[in-house]
Amino acid sequence: MTVINEDAGVASAGQGSEGVETPFQRFVSDFTESKIAVVSAFVVLAIVFIAVFAPLIAPTDPYDLSIVTVADKTMAPGAVMQSGQIAHMGTDGSGRDLLSGMIYGLRISLGIGIGSAVVALAIGVVVGLIAAYAGGRVDSVIMRLVDMQLSFPAILIALVLLVTLGKGVDKTLFALIVVQWAYYARTVRGSALVERRKEYIESAQCLALSKARILYRHLFPNVLAPLIVVGTMQTAHAIALEATLSFLGIGMEQTEPSLGSLISNGFQYIHSGHYWISIFPGLALLFTIVSINLVGDRLRDVLNPRLAK
Amino acid sequence: MTVFIIRRLMQAAVVVFFMSFLVFSGVFVIGDPVDILISDEADEEDRERAIAALGLDKPFHIQYLRFLGKALQGDLGESFIFEEPALLLILERMPATMELALFALLLAVVLGIPLGMWAGLKPDSVAAKSIMTGSILGFSLPTFWVGIMMMMLFAVMLGWLPSTGRGETSEIFGLEVSFTSWDGIRHLLMPAINLSLFKLALVIRLSRAGTKEVIHQDYIKFARAKGVSRNRIILVHVLKNIMIPVVTVIGLEFGGLVAFSIVTETVFAWPGMGKLLIDSIGLLDRPVIVAYLTIIVFLFVIINLVVDILYSILDPRVRLQEMKA
Amino acid sequence: MAGSNGSVPTLDVENLQTYFFTKAGVVKAVDEVSFSVQPGKVLGLVGESGSGKTVTGFSIMGLVDEPGRIAGGHIKFRGEDLVGASEDRWQQLRGNQIAMIFQDPMMTLNPVLRIDTQMIEAIQAHENVSRDEARQRSRDALGQVGIPSPDERLKAYPHQFSGGMRQRVSIAIALLNKPDLIVADEPTTALDVTIQAQILYEAQKLCKETGTAMIWITHDLTVVAGLADEVAVMYAGRLVEHGSVDDVLDKPLHPYTHGLIGSVPSRNKRGKPLEQIPGMTPSLLNLPPGCAFKTRCPRADAACETAPDVTKPDGGHRLLRCHHPHLDELAEVPA
Repeated sequence: MTVINEDAGVASAGQGSEGVETPFQRFVSDFTESKIAVVSAFVVLAIVFIAVFAPLIAPTDPYDLSIVTVADKTMAPGAVMQSGQIAHMGTDGSGRDLLSGMIYGLRISLGIGIGSAVVALAIGVVVGLIAAYAGGRVDSVIMRLVDMQLSFPAILIALVLLVTLGKGVDKTLFALIVVQWAYYARTVRGSALVERRKEYIESAQCLALSKARILYRHLFPNVLAPLIVVGTMQTAHAIALEATLSFLGIGMEQTEPSLGSLISNGFQYIHSGHYWISIFPGLALLFTIVSINLVGDRLRDVLNPRLAK
Repeated sequence: MTVFIIRRLMQAAVVVFFMSFLVFSGVFVIGDPVDILISDEADEEDRERAIAALGLDKPFHIQYLRFLGKALQGDLGESFIFEEPALLLILERMPATMELALFALLLAVVLGIPLGMWAGLKPDSVAAKSIMTGSILGFSLPTFWVGIMMMMLFAVMLGWLPSTGRGETSEIFGLEVSFTSWDGIRHLLMPAINLSLFKLALVIRLSRAGTKEVIHQDYIKFARAKGVSRNRIILVHVLKNIMIPVVTVIGLEFGGLVAFSIVTETVFAWPGMGKLLIDSIGLLDRPVIVAYLTIIVFLFVIINLVVDILYSILDPRVRLQEMKA
Repeated sequence: MAGSNGSVPTLDVENLQTYFFTKAGVVKAVDEVSFSVQPGKVLGLVGESGSGKTVTGFSIMGLVDEPGRIAGGHIKFRGEDLVGASEDRWQQLRGNQIAMIFQDPMMTLNPVLRIDTQMIEAIQAHENVSRDEARQRSRDALGQVGIPSPDERLKAYPHQFSGGMRQRVSIAIALLNKPDLIVADEPTTALDVTIQAQILYEAQKLCKETGTAMIWITHDLTVVAGLADEVAVMYAGRLVEHGSVDDVLDKPLHPYTHGLIGSVPSRNKRGKPLEQIPGMTPSLLNLPPGCAFKTRCPRADAACETAPDVTKPDGGHRLLRCHHPHLDELAEVPA
């Protein structure tokens, strides 16, 4: 540690300043000040790892109908299935290994959550920047639409869409994107408007840089910080919303169960004492959402200079 | 003020019209209810008679115009399943949902404002930190999951509270209510707490942020310099200032509570409009779905309107701006 | 109302130390400050922003908030030491016998409460009177400070008043319970000059008529010249010079006071460059030892590395804290 610091000191001494951190280094040192945030960040990484490598990690393939048999249904955690495998977290109502089901479910939940957030972010950024930069009529039309949409709760809009479109991965993804884009658009427009009034944009305009260049090379990097924060929080929101929709039976198909669908299945067994079928996927969902939120919380504290001490 | 209200009313009407079109055209595309409603053994003639009776043979725009025309007269179609007017079905279930939502709102305000103010007044205390951790959890945990956990703990394991249903009800001013009897309250308690958690977390955050901001204002110090007691400063000077954002948000969130009651009602089998909607979706009972969504959009628009007006009453500065505008 | 016994000062501050215990270190916002105010007299407390004037005012009101606290000294109000007094006692005194007027009139009134609410509560906090009576007194107080149609104005909200009117309202609130001491923290800084003059005139009249003692905190020497009986000059948390207004303004002894007076533009300095005090007020956090003014002082030398003690340069009641005062001023005979 000391060695690295000395190196940095020597390197920067040549440039006539000492101990200057890059913005990224400062961000990392600020972020790691909170132990909870560091632990959460590791949990998030672990969850992403599990989701990406689900087929390698999961003990069985829950979609492989040749292994899954109804004879294994609702077995308690630790029981041995027909295939000889131990079901560490028990089996669900159709005889699938719950742990494997959860790992695959996590994959779907996370995929939909992150996927919808990324697409919504892209749409929101473009629309928000256009609104902020064009101003006038374009801005007021876009923002009226955004305000109108945001005056309805997300769940209601998603419900309307899924009721009309039907179940499925693609439809759920679409609904979640429609629900989220407005948040990003509002965030981007808000901070872009603040940035636009600053002198560096004026000087860029004086240099006769193209509009697109000003938007993406000058404006966009400066609205990135709030965007990262909103993006993190929205991802957690999207995962929770997807789980809720699947629980209501209007999100994912039962053939591709997300964590929400698993909980929903388990809910039917809650009175018959088969607690694990809904508890374990529930805990997985809980850890995912809470750790992403805690990371987001910390990011907001670190990235938002207005809230800094 | 009047101009302001009229303008808002017109905006509201446009939103309702737009949303009803969206909902109706969306629902029109969903699966064919004919297959579900008419038994396979029915002959072709029976089928056609049924389709004509339900108006399903007409082109889309005719169906929509008919729907709109009737909607303006308060007729939102007839349920395929119950063969009753959809509006009536929903209105029958509405008191249960409203009771649940209002009770949840009450819990959120009555618990949230004091907790949030406490956390704002003593931000470094253990209590404040616990309150804030709780509110983070309240924000991030999905309602349905918390509902299942509550049911498992208090109903299945401990057996303290009934797990589902509404319990004993009685009639007040022609409305079925359940808070008048002990049995009714026992049934109401868990769903209401479940529904309120998210809003409770929100109210706590708002109250805390408001308190922290207001407490450092000069006018609070000036009030202290007048010799006004600490209690009066907190209960009058601070509370009245933080009430403005809290009331606005709470008002706006009431619609959210009604919407989210869909989830809570499904978990606790609470016989409200939300559960009716989910049941109708399962049964492809198109008129009920459309009626529900139309009503809830209408409800939302009205709530937003009322909150705007309420806001201008609470904050004298807004009122001035309105007068100038 | 005010103590008629001239020998007991309304307020006697001795060696007041108000420190802020921050994470970065101890900020000695007020350090070893002593002064007293007689009934009916006005003390002008002068200094730059950050010199500790406002904290001195808040200390007298018992309104120093965490992480600050009174670390030492005495605040004797009509003989009673208020340092260490209970919060209840403070509450009895505040707004009743000791009142304060704040600097920024736009911020001192609660925006969501009507003027009558904010006035009546100030009366009812100290006296068991009916709302109607309290309202009547509030109305009279508004009239007294020159607010037209006070009956209507009572029902208004603060945002319906201009800055000058709001400051009149806060002054009216300060006067409601006929206090023995008023701490006025730059009450006219945010106002127009004409309104400032009216308020100064009324303040002076009030002191003379009712025997109210007043501490007028300001950075404006011209205000002090017209209003105060005595003046105390603060620099970096300490009093550097204290005396009657005539003595201090005509014959400033401390180089800082000298500089302050030199930097006031006036007619007989027309055409000459204004003197200025170079540099800025030092940070009160971890103040270096010695005289705090030494870095900006034209007369500083090695002796200034030790903190100067309080001296009595003319043997009278003038007080000074400097190693190299302008003693030549004392010898000069004013024309």
